[in-house]
Amino acid sequence: MNSVLEARHIDKYFRKPVEFHVLKDINLAVKRGEFATVMGKSGCGKSTLLYILSTMDTDYNGELWLKGELVTGLESDRLSHIRNKYLGFVFQFHYLLSEFTVLENVMLPAKKLAVKTAEEIREDAMQKLRILEIDHLAKKRANRISGGEKQRVAIARALINDPIILMGDEPTGNLDSQNAENVFQIFKKLSDEQGLSLLIVTHDLDFAKRTDRIISMGDGKILVS
Amino acid sequence: MNQRKVLVTIAKTHLLSKIRQTATAALGVTFGIGAYITLVSFMTGLNKMLDDMILNQTPHVHIYNEIQPSEKQPIALYSEFENAMNVVHSVKPKQNQNRIHDALPMISHLKGDPNVLSALPQVRAQVFYVAGSIEMGGVVTGVNIMEEVEYFNFRDYIVAGKPEDLKNTNNGILLGIGIAETMSLKVGDRVQVTSTNGTVFPLKIVGFFQSGLADIDNSRSYTTIKTAQKLVEGAANYITDVNLKLKDISLAPTIARSIEQQFNLRAVDINEANAQFETGTTIRNLITYAVSITLLIVAGFGIYNILNMLIYEKMNDIAILKATGFSGSDVQWIFIMQALIIGIVGGILGLLIGIGLAHLIDGIPFETEALPTVTTYPVNHNPWYYAIGITFAIVSTFFAGYLPSLRAKRVDPVKIIRGQ
Ligand SMILES: Nc1ncnc2c1ncn2[C@@H]1O[C@H](COP(=O)(O)OP(=O)(O)OP(=O)(O)O)[C@@H](O)[C@H]1O
Ligand SMILES: [Mg+2]
Repeated sequence: MNSVLEARHIDKYFRKPVEFHVLKDINLAVKRGEFATVMGKSGCGKSTLLYILSTMDTDYNGELWLKGELVTGLESDRLSHIRNKYLGFVFQFHYLLSEFTVLENVMLPAKKLAVKTAEEIREDAMQKLRILEIDHLAKKRANRISGGEKQRVAIARALINDPIILMGDEPTGNLDSQNAENVFQIFKKLSDEQGLSLLIVTHDLDFAKRTDRIISMGDGKILVS
Repeated sequence: MNQRKVLVTIAKTHLLSKIRQTATAALGVTFGIGAYITLVSFMTGLNKMLDDMILNQTPHVHIYNEIQPSEKQPIALYSEFENAMNVVHSVKPKQNQNRIHDALPMISHLKGDPNVLSALPQVRAQVFYVAGSIEMGGVVTGVNIMEEVEYFNFRDYIVAGKPEDLKNTNNGILLGIGIAETMSLKVGDRVQVTSTNGTVFPLKIVGFFQSGLADIDNSRSYTTIKTAQKLVEGAANYITDVNLKLKDISLAPTIARSIEQQFNLRAVDINEANAQFETGTTIRNLITYAVSITLLIVAGFGIYNILNMLIYEKMNDIAILKATGFSGSDVQWIFIMQALIIGIVGGILGLLIGIGLAHLIDGIPFETEALPTVTTYPVNHNPWYYAIGITFAIVSTFFAGYLPSLRAKRVDPVKIIRGQ
């Protein structure tokens, strides 16, 4: 089995304000090195699915497998460690720690993982920043750079521990077309050159068309995959 | 790479970003601890001074022969009235002597007791002091002056002359300062002392003492045991009182009871003699801790407040930390850390301020007739209280930080990320 990430029969309900079956029997697998996008109408449950796949949301039925291991039902500290080590995340909003420098922001998850020395982590972080062509911003405070730059810092941070899969919830949603294209190129390169798996939610059909696979969602179900 | 270090860095950065609120919260702790150190140093200094005043002068056990009516009236000896109810009117004590019977063997027995530091004999004599036309009632106590100096700090209370002078002067007397003032007497003068049976003794004044208790200073004087025995026309074994100093003061009640049983004498222990004294100490301690704890509770609310505010403002940071793999306990640790930083910084500052204030008070002149050896306000610089103060600060800030930190631990990152 060469699936990096696999969802089996995932169902999710929101109970408040009224019971609402938001995800219905979702089955999905992302292979190693695959660049996949998720598309679908607003409100069809894309973000909800992504939170489950990212292990942050544990309130669902079904099974979630990560590189051949069952993740569903693990305790929260264990899930934190899995997120730290194997998963990368980029959101529509950048979520940088504004009092820290760009470099410090990128280093944080690696410091948490605590397997490398501070010096090694710094080198890794600088290398990620170089890949994203923002190494000149390393010493700047995170709240003193532009939106597009912030988004790239967030991508660098998501990559710092060399995850097996990068997930994104509309990572280009807030960017102008030039910056969006930029981010797409970076993803494409990571997928082609480093064999990174990507699962990106997007509303941009142009973006999606150029990836390996489009997963189409509607009304809490996977329509085409 | 140490995981904890990155959490500390985050905690510090958060606090520095809110430096003014952080400083305010820390100042709250500073006031609490500063007040505690100042108060406790001063209050315990005061307690110790008052304790010393009493303890130094007061024997741990005072043994004397109390004149009291016999508990067993003669009628009880008659078997014929055994089951009757006897009413005896107007019971009077039997004519009795003040002296302790067989005092000298008893003293050497007590001195041999391993719990007893020393047993000091005294001879009390009721007298009248006469100088010119003035006459005053009082008590002359015959003592072994050098032993009193050694065991009851007697030298501290001598305001004119030296204890050695009493020992070396034949028929010398150490007069209470009140008597000397009333009768306008100077050291070197002679004072006539009339004993109860009318004999007049001229005694040479070798010095004055001041105990701080007016009643005593206005009536009591000291002389040698020999001179006092002459005043009461007693033999060399005529002893009215024995004062004990013990190695461990807490044994005083037990030892007093056993002496009463063994020798059929009255033995008053120091707790019995100064029962009301403890109350004052307790109340001063109560005030100290009530004020300090109140201030610390206020400080605790300050910390609770700033942490709640920080958690609210840093919700996004918390969410992203959790999303990128920091666990709930990591996040909780960050906020506990912040509370502790505030507590430790505020506490150390408070400690310094408290120690400074205590030294300041220590330097303020404070002179009182009652305490001839005291020249400045009494302050107790006990490092133990500094340790308690810091512990206090850390424990109270920990509790203040605990609830907010628990809230941070439970933040659901999905909710926050969705909320944007
Ligand atoms: N906390 C919640 N409680 C109840 N219903 C919710 C909650 N969060 C989302 N929903 C509902 O679940 C559905 C799916 O939401 P979700 O955010 O997954 O949509 P989405 O596909 O990401 O949409 P968009 O493209 O606009 O981001 C929506 O109808 C939304 O109203
Ligand atoms: Mg969405």
